[in-house]
Amino acid sequence: MKNNRRAFIKLAGIAAAGLAVAPKALASSGGHSPVSVNPKAVHAKHWAMVIDTTKLHTAEEIDKLAAVCHHIHNVPKIEGKKEVKWLWHDTYGHSFPEQENPHLAEEVHHRVFPLLCNHCENPPCVRVCPTKATFQRPDGIVAMDYHRCIGCRYCMAGCPYGSRSFNWGEPRLGLDVTKLNPEFPTRMRGVVEKCNFCVERLAVGQQPACVEASEGAMFFGDLKDPDSEVRKVLREKFTIRRKPSAGTEPSVYYII
Amino acid sequence: MLELALKGSKRYYGWIAFLLVVIGIGSTALIDQWMNGLKITGMSRDVSWGFYISQFTYLVGLAASGVMIVLPNYFHSYKTNKHMVIFGEFMAIAACIMCLLFIVVDIGQPTRMMNMIFHPTPNSILFWDMIVLNGYLFLNLLVGWTCLQADRQHLPHPKWLKPFIYTSIIWAFSIHTVTAFLYQGLPGRHYWLTAILAARFLASAFCSGPAILLLVMMLTEKFTTFKMAKNAVKTLVKIIAYAMCVNMFFFALEIFTSFYSNIPGHMHPIVYLFSHATPGLVTLMWVFIAFAAIAITLLVTPRFRNNYKLLPWTLGILIIATWIDKGLGLLIGGFNPTPFETVTTYWPTLKELMVSMMVYAVGALVVTVLFKIATEVKEEVGHSQTLPCGCSSEDTCECAPEAE
Ligand code: SF4
Ligand code: SF4
Ligand code: SF4
Repeated sequence: MKNNRRAFIKLAGIAAAGLAVAPKALASSGGHSPVSVNPKAVHAKHWAMVIDTTKLHTAEEIDKLAAVCHHIHNVPKIEGKKEVKWLWHDTYGHSFPEQENPHLAEEVHHRVFPLLCNHCENPPCVRVCPTKATFQRPDGIVAMDYHRCIGCRYCMAGCPYGSRSFNWGEPRLGLDVTKLNPEFPTRMRGVVEKCNFCVERLAVGQQPACVEASEGAMFFGDLKDPDSEVRKVLREKFTIRRKPSAGTEPSVYYII
Repeated sequence: MLELALKGSKRYYGWIAFLLVVIGIGSTALIDQWMNGLKITGMSRDVSWGFYISQFTYLVGLAASGVMIVLPNYFHSYKTNKHMVIFGEFMAIAACIMCLLFIVVDIGQPTRMMNMIFHPTPNSILFWDMIVLNGYLFLNLLVGWTCLQADRQHLPHPKWLKPFIYTSIIWAFSIHTVTAFLYQGLPGRHYWLTAILAARFLASAFCSGPAILLLVMMLTEKFTTFKMAKNAVKTLVKIIAYAMCVNMFFFALEIFTSFYSNIPGHMHPIVYLFSHATPGLVTLMWVFIAFAAIAITLLVTPRFRNNYKLLPWTLGILIIATWIDKGLGLLIGGFNPTPFETVTTYWPTLKELMVSMMVYAVGALVVTVLFKIATEVKEEVGHSQTLPCGCSSEDTCECAPEAE
């Protein structure tokens, strides 16, 4: 009985989704509804992040930040190669494959590096998306509309950094329902997701959650403002970005 | 004309029933996928496209290849092909339908598919791929159906159709080029990031497609009174031979570029496919090389090429070789190594194969019905029928069957 009902609700859901697509699509292509901007929201011409890997380089530290990010964004925990992750860690060789050498400073070799979407200035994921479900905001953030994504996974093939995850199954099964963050939506299966530079926090004047939790090891600010903190750090420290040869101009910089 | 598909022999109905059963079995896996999501496939975070998309890629080649019969007929007035044109077009229809189905089964939210139309995004190649595939399907339906209807009424093909026919010829090249662009423009996927990919796709399509068509035509000859004209077959086999040589030449160019330049990114996928992958895949890749060599040898040697007992085997070997290369290796090689220079193995699951089998069965059903209609009409009007000696009524028959 219970099973039947579940199956029915699922089917009804599929049918309703089909019906829902048409009017929504028409509505969203039209004019804009009046919205009032939160006066506390922070703005930038181009958001960027600098990560000081001399301060933040152990798996435990990075996993702690990932836990914060994954918790506030309701990112499901799924084991194995179908996992979903927004922030994670990996070795130097995997993070910067083109910039490796066999005699790397031992200390760097043993570090691990926090990885996330680079919010590229020239993002191939946006270029290839057939529905504009992935789009670039005027402030440089590469954002996603989970309700528009058709799950073609073209953006995953296009991203040269492996920054995107797909919900191969029902993501809510990988969530602890008692610990959901009610402020952020959960996803449905069959859509892609990734780090969103915490747009929902910027909109209310907060810093990205990982930056806030990093205790000064990560910086976030306006790349186009010469007086911003990120520019100050970039001026003073040697930084690299991932896969420069891909021409995507990542907005995440790493102090080595 | 559809009524022609309704009356047939017991064997015809048996075959249709068999296909329906296969479709039924496959659809159970598809329903499972709808209920549980794409997690029933072997795809992963690192290998985000799998068997579905690679079959789609291979079949776009089949769709495009019909043009190898149509083009000589219309651009070079090579009239020997005249009575085979319809089969090329009908094959293209079936292939387009299979391609579209493979896309539908591959996407995570099929109910939102119309988003591609509601939010047209010209910067995405997938958008263009949808346009060219549907356009090609429409063109072939229109041209094929109208011509066949005219044939049936003993009328010349209508004049207004000409522009559509010429468009469809150009369009055939575009569908495979656009499909190649789907892969070709992605940074960080070295195996695909090569200007020659579209050319490789076309070369491979123009050998594998006509080979499949020819095999299906041979079966058609077995079960109907239709008979291909000898010269048409000869020309087609020559086209297959040339295209296969070009195909392998292009492949060799890739190998040279990768290994002489010594750029790791370009070498890794090839080294992976041919030596580091799972033993099964490595064996398959070497089978590809071996079969390609055998197929080329048999095709360029006139004695073997003109041996019609051997020909089906040659074609079969060629189809297997091109399928491993384009329908499997291309995709896996592109995703491995991953962006982290690691390897995540991919192999289709049983359910994935069942869904694919279902799509292929739908394709076979469409081909069967369309070819049935076409052969019935040909029989009605007496085109290309088997003579008692085994020649086609289109041949200048001297009736020594073995004569060249
Ligand atoms: S890192 Fe990948 S997903 Fe993020 S913006 Fe760049 S290309 Fe897109
Ligand atoms: S999976 Fe979604 S976000 Fe990615 S390209 Fe397709 S529609 Fe766009
Ligand atoms: S910026 Fe926000 S979404 Fe992105 S990794 Fe950090 S916490 Fe997660």
